[in-house]
Amino acid sequence: MSNFDTSQRMFQFSTSETIKHMVLIFGALIVLLPFYVMLSYSLKAPAEIMQNTGGFLGAQEPFRDDYCIKLGNAIADCMVTPWIYNYKTAFEKAPLLRYLLNGVLVTFSIFFIQVVIALPCSYALAKLKFWGRDTVFALVLFCLLIPVHAIALPLYIMLAKLGLTNSYAALVIPWTISVFGIFLMRQFFMTIPDDLIDAARMDGMSEYSIIWNVMLPAAIPALMAFAIFSVVAHWNDYFWPRIVVTGNRELFTPPLGLREFKGDADGDNFGPMMATAVVIVTPLLVAFALAQKRFIDGITLSGMK
Amino acid sequence: MANIRLSNISKRFGNTDVLDGIDLDINDKEFVTLVGPSGCGKSTLLRIIAGLESADTGTVSINDTDVTGIRPANRNLSMVFQSYALYPHLSVAQNMLTPLKLRDLSFLQRLPMIGPLLAKTEYQTLYQQVKKTAQILKIENLLERKPGQLSGGQRQRAALGRAMVRDPLAFLMDEPLSNLDAALRVHMRSELTQLHQRLKTTFVYVTHDQSEALTMSDKMAVMMKGKILQYGPPDEIYHNPQTTDVARFVGSPAINIIPGSTDETGCVSLLGRSLGIYISSPRTSIQIGLRPEHLSLSEDSSNSFPGIIRHIENLGSDLFYHLEVEGMRQRIVVRTSQSEGRRLPLGSLTCFTAEKDKHLVFDENGNRLTTKSQKLAEVA
Repeated sequence: MSNFDTSQRMFQFSTSETIKHMVLIFGALIVLLPFYVMLSYSLKAPAEIMQNTGGFLGAQEPFRDDYCIKLGNAIADCMVTPWIYNYKTAFEKAPLLRYLLNGVLVTFSIFFIQVVIALPCSYALAKLKFWGRDTVFALVLFCLLIPVHAIALPLYIMLAKLGLTNSYAALVIPWTISVFGIFLMRQFFMTIPDDLIDAARMDGMSEYSIIWNVMLPAAIPALMAFAIFSVVAHWNDYFWPRIVVTGNRELFTPPLGLREFKGDADGDNFGPMMATAVVIVTPLLVAFALAQKRFIDGITLSGMK
Repeated sequence: MANIRLSNISKRFGNTDVLDGIDLDINDKEFVTLVGPSGCGKSTLLRIIAGLESADTGTVSINDTDVTGIRPANRNLSMVFQSYALYPHLSVAQNMLTPLKLRDLSFLQRLPMIGPLLAKTEYQTLYQQVKKTAQILKIENLLERKPGQLSGGQRQRAALGRAMVRDPLAFLMDEPLSNLDAALRVHMRSELTQLHQRLKTTFVYVTHDQSEALTMSDKMAVMMKGKILQYGPPDEIYHNPQTTDVARFVGSPAINIIPGSTDETGCVSLLGRSLGIYISSPRTSIQIGLRPEHLSLSEDSSNSFPGIIRHIENLGSDLFYHLEVEGMRQRIVVRTSQSEGRRLPLGSLTCFTAEKDKHLVFDENGNRLTTKSQKLAEVA
């Protein structure tokens, strides 16, 4: 009898649940639609993109590459399959691998230095008693409210005066102190029992040793969450690299690479552009899929159990 | 291997006196318990001994050396925490190795990967020490596990192991048994006492559980509101408490404190009946303490006090009768053996008597008064 009851309840129609799911599905569609378009365009021929035909995959009929013909090749040699053409052009026309490498270098330098700075700061804010601690923490919270764009100009002028524009330093330095990281790690460190730190002190560890040997391993879940926030933000950042990197293509980060296909007068070449976009977001999607469980653990700050 | 001497230790947090002029001498190889209700400052005192907290005034000396300003690690004391505080990301063996590594190896030798290559023999001797300690505690088979994979009792042992490997001058324990279940707690009590006998080291043990203090320690210090009320062997504390606070705190169920009076000769009477004991001078208001086990039920009403049974606690081996006595708001608890008590139902009228010479007489402020069986004037 009771089994019957529960199964009844499980399949019971619930208006509120249905509405909830409808809203969520609608939201998911809005978020996913650009991804769908990006993926679809990266596979289609220019004509199909312009005429909006060919469905998701496109017909994949070979088409004539005009640029190839302009170079004086025979028409037969210049027939290309759309998706191969798009991805090939993405890698050939712009040094996309170089951009990806720059992106990796910049985002990981930023994250590494952010951690090196944020962990001691948040340890002090969470576990040490000193005069003015609450004021300092209030300042950290205040800094969370300042939008990057508001201070972009002073930052740029400072870097320009130091002669650091058009360098990796310009891409990394402004982001090395992350108040969000300090805040997030501080909240996490609050949950770590004081006994653990006292035990480490009894064992003879110095305060710095406690940070790297006790707090860091305990904080891995929160660090993973912070890593995702930090890496995603700086991997995808278009605004700041666009400002400080002028001209020197060697320093372009992946989002700047998208500009290569912005043809202005010739019209935009959407196929290769979207192929580039796919290449840029794929590493993030893979990383997120791998770290998903830890990511959610970290956000809910329940990693210590 | 160490005596610990505290003199005039005081500590304030904001406006509250946590510790108020504590003096305490702990002799070498003694098992000393600091016991008291929560918030009495016992943990703070232990942390001051450890060096994790600094006192506002006063000095701590170990083996007659002043260590007041010295870092915890350099005092060579070990501490076992209530939450065990094992490093969650390290195996039990690594946990036990950590204090040894920090004490015996240089910075270079402690580095991961390179360290063990640089100092192979050192690592081996350290590991032998860990193994030896693990054998004593019977946790050799757990050495490779992480703390998360251990039960409460096993974690307790691992924490003890981490404290023991260093051969410290003294062990400091902050309620180490309070996270264990009741059966294991009683078992670990005897294990800790055996360990103390075996290691022949000073133990300072903090607990709020008076039965732990009574069963385990050589000496216990009863603390309340930042002061040590009485310091001495458990027997002394139990049978000869100096204040009503100590008398009430030690012993379960709690001692019966009954108001009494004296006549002009100083003869003490309880509930209007003379007890034949005397205090030095007559007082208007006194309190008489009687432990439940020193009271017994009696059929004979001539030399006893009447009371109505309001509640019976059955502990298996013993029965505790809570009696309502006329003219008293507080109930009197009487301990009887199972065979003696069986027949009496709730609500029935009975009588109780007190054993001779077991009366503890306190003045109106709760301080102990000495009693004599004869009137003092006659003795003189």
